[in-house]
Amino acid sequence: MITTIKGWFSSFFSSFLSSKGDMKLGLYGPPNSGKTTLANKICKDWLGQEMGTVSPIAHETREIQIKEQISIKSKNGKKELIFNLVDTPGIATKIDYEDFLKFGMSDRNAKKRAKEATKGVIDAIKWLDEMDAVLVVLDATQDPYSQVNITIIGNLAARNIPVLIVANKCDLKKANMKKVQAAFPQYDVLGISAKYGRNVKDLYEQLFKLAR
Amino acid sequence: MVTLQIIPYAEIESLTSVGRIRKLLNIAKQNKIVLLQGRLSKDEETELIKTTMEEINKEFKGIELAVLDSFKTEGSGFDKMKNEFFSFLLGNRAGFTVIGPASIVKSIKKNPNKIELLTKDKRSRK
Repeated sequence: MITTIKGWFSSFFSSFLSSKGDMKLGLYGPPNSGKTTLANKICKDWLGQEMGTVSPIAHETREIQIKEQISIKSKNGKKELIFNLVDTPGIATKIDYEDFLKFGMSDRNAKKRAKEATKGVIDAIKWLDEMDAVLVVLDATQDPYSQVNITIIGNLAARNIPVLIVANKCDLKKANMKKVQAAFPQYDVLGISAKYGRNVKDLYEQLFKLAR
Repeated sequence: MVTLQIIPYAEIESLTSVGRIRKLLNIAKQNKIVLLQGRLSKDEETELIKTTMEEINKEFKGIELAVLDSFKTEGSGFDKMKNEFFSFLLGNRAGFTVIGPASIVKSIKKNPNKIELLTKDKRSRK
């Protein structure tokens, strides 16, 4: 009986502790916005290794990628946050294999990529329900008013999933943070450059607020 | 030639979510631009994207989608209250939704209170 009680206490406390570490932080956004670049930056900073491959050709990430138990510390070192990072394929409403041919891809590979990309979008949408918090990564040089952005963010709000909008590629001249902020005035928007690490430390501090 | 099909909200009101998505997608797959009075719910919009992806093939490359809200609930004071009231009253009947097949519609720009629809230029060779 003592063994049973001990086992019960042990499973109760380990499930409590593991649920704290099981927070799923998702990276969502349109294709080519820099989600995987950001995922790689986070993993490099805290785990010393990258997560996925990046490419100027859209839909490079075509499967859900997860890195578990990433532990980050606040600037003052007093707080720690543990989460599983989920990098998702970019969500789009159309995929045409002919767009990949322009990058010198063969017909066969372009069609294969398009097929994988459509499956990736479906998986990304299915995984929305699993997220505890989401970074919506937008390309700050592109039009933020795209319906895909509005739909993803609206869907997360309807599920009460905390969202931080990350305006990426702020190192580029065409980047327009103010336009992104104007498009989503109800949300916190942080401008970063995932490629060059600009403002990424501020992003880590924001994650503690997001995770509350 | 571009065909625009206008769908009053009443035509989809009594349908289930699956039914609504099916109806709108079927019209888009006939190479017609759908102009729906009103809008789908956020869940339905996401489901529309998911279903579109499932049905992409050689002939159907997907859709362009844009939704215009008549009563934005940002702003402050009386205007915000008024917009929230009408938004509550009309629900999903407010605003309108444009769904264009990607074979015809190159892009839809929303900026932010107007929608510009750019169609593809298919010149026939003689």
